[in-house]
Amino acid sequence: MIPLLIRNSWTQLRRDRAAQVLVFIVPIAFFSIFAVIFGGRGNRMNGVSRVAVAVVDESATAKSRALVQALEADSGLRVVTTSPARAGENAPSATLTRASAEDMVKRGDLSVALILPKGIEESLGSFGGHGVKALILDDPSDPVAARLVGGLLQRAALRAASAGGGFMGMAARDPDEMLPLRFEQREVLGQKRETPMVAFYAAGIAVMFIMFSAAGAGGALIDETDAGTLERVLTTGLGMNGLLLAKWLYSASLACLQITVMFVWGMLVFHLPLVEHLPGFVVMTVCTAVAASAFGLVLATLSRTRQQLAGLANLIVLSLNALGGSMFPRFLMSESLQKMSLVGFNAWALDGYIKVFWREASLAALLPQVGALLGFTALFLVVARRLARRWETA
Amino acid sequence: MAVLEIRDARKAFGATRALDGLSLSLGEGELLGLLGPNGAGKTTLIRAIAGRVRLDGGSVSLYGRTLAPGKPRPDLGVVPQENALYPLLTARENLETFGRLNGVEGRRLSERIAWALEWTGLADRARAPVRTYSGGMKRRLNLACGVLHEPKLVLLDEPTVGVDPQSRESIYDMLGALRAQGTSLLLTTHYLEEAEARCERIVVVDHGRAVAAGTLVELVEQAGLAGRRVRLSVDREVASVPAGFARDSDARVLTATITDVGHELPGLLARVQAAGLAVRDVEVRTASLQAVFLALTGKELRE
Repeated sequence: MIPLLIRNSWTQLRRDRAAQVLVFIVPIAFFSIFAVIFGGRGNRMNGVSRVAVAVVDESATAKSRALVQALEADSGLRVVTTSPARAGENAPSATLTRASAEDMVKRGDLSVALILPKGIEESLGSFGGHGVKALILDDPSDPVAARLVGGLLQRAALRAASAGGGFMGMAARDPDEMLPLRFEQREVLGQKRETPMVAFYAAGIAVMFIMFSAAGAGGALIDETDAGTLERVLTTGLGMNGLLLAKWLYSASLACLQITVMFVWGMLVFHLPLVEHLPGFVVMTVCTAVAASAFGLVLATLSRTRQQLAGLANLIVLSLNALGGSMFPRFLMSESLQKMSLVGFNAWALDGYIKVFWREASLAALLPQVGALLGFTALFLVVARRLARRWETA
Repeated sequence: MAVLEIRDARKAFGATRALDGLSLSLGEGELLGLLGPNGAGKTTLIRAIAGRVRLDGGSVSLYGRTLAPGKPRPDLGVVPQENALYPLLTARENLETFGRLNGVEGRRLSERIAWALEWTGLADRARAPVRTYSGGMKRRLNLACGVLHEPKLVLLDEPTVGVDPQSRESIYDMLGALRAQGTSLLLTTHYLEEAEARCERIVVVDHGRAVAAGTLVELVEQAGLAGRRVRLSVDREVASVPAGFARDSDARVLTATITDVGHELPGLLARVQAAGLAVRDVEVRTASLQAVFLALTGKELRE
């Protein structure tokens, strides 16, 4: 009897394509995606990809130039010394200044800027001399980059100093004074935050869960098909457009509420500065909610059964969120992976929330994110409408 | 003028002809039964009338007006086979939803909901979620949601499936009340005895066509089963079957078919007595709808 039941189970699995996909394909897909993100191909933490650092040489001496060259030669760094030309501008790139480098960090173009002030050449290779210190300006949302740059700066300084013959007086110094170049570090963002990463995690988790909720809410279409209410509703004057619109608006309002609850909790328990950033929060929440609910409709119209929807939602939502930065900050991924992640609307949503809560960005600065999210929304709605044709008049 | 007129309806799904030139008509206040084996085309026909299937050919007219697929049909009510209700909503909320979707608003909606709750006997459970209802209660509410907007024609797809005899009786009482108001009903069912007892006319559908239509007597004629079936129970097993009789599977039963009961039955009884048998019981009946249905559509399984 028991072998018979086991054989029946295997036979059923062999004939159930959806179950086979869930059992074999989904785990492989997840493994591959996570391996790319956290493994050797895209993770900056393992040193495979390079950290971008803006370097401002205010000293402009032979020694400081040697230090910049040593930094440029380091395989762990990508040194930026000029401000990138803006789209549509023909003007040549300008050499970075302290202010423009700080702006780049504030804008999130890169996470670290290294300032070599005048007089730095005297300190280079002095091992604990009390001269001018280098200055590292960093975005604390990327805790790894500044430390990495600080460490690699020492290696570069040692190389630059050894080229200039400055290795004197190393004996009997305390460890802090054994550095070939001393530096101080200053965070250019989030200094006032008690818990600066809370906003990031609130946004990340909220976006991931509204994607699941939207898929579930969209799945009501499948439930209504099974229950017969969809057929009944479609015999009235409402039509498919009206039905989808109602489902989309309901799902979007639910998503707005869900994100709001999450952030209010963050405000009450983790001192998330929600009230100070209310306009930006409202804009990002509405745009994220309408995009997520339209995305949920696509998943629901793509699926024939609740089981299919659950499998599809797990695969796509978890993958997009791994890629989009809900589980693992995008700034810790390689640049190519960061660019690739922008194919998902959730990466734009997270960027928007980070701009609001982290970079103190104005509403105008949210335009790229708002535009992208509304574009995704329109695309999702068109796709969902086309897929929903299967429920229409045969 | 016929309330509903279907002419030469044709619809194919790939190589399968779901409707193959089906025609029928339904008069005002009439209850028309639509019978047929599984896969005969009944559901496709119902969906075509409801605007959910686009015909390849032919037409559907309501009060002489040809209906376009996908367009609203305010004069039409649909009662699906499934209890197409929102289980977490109450009876009142379900009625309000389907009433408003069918264009009933404001005071009229309130009045219609009150009527529907009384009509279905659900007034005292109006605020309970539908998921807590019995099968019969759901069936009655399912019916009410389809007629709340006072349609002139109601399509009923197996409205009594899966309910007890009391609920079934109650549903037919409700349908009788609708007909008394002049509403026309098109009923599909697999309960042949129900169709036989309740419907004025019956259309038998098979292979996408109407293979017979009319009253039960007319169907019996069309099926070639005219005449009365006589069944005689006798006091002992029959060794030699008298002339004009056939042997039944029960050795103590004789059967015969006659056309004129008054003239032929006494002769049959006399022959039995002459054979030395005593008659214990006599049963005379017309061919049942079941027999007509099987004669018209055959006994082979369709699915």
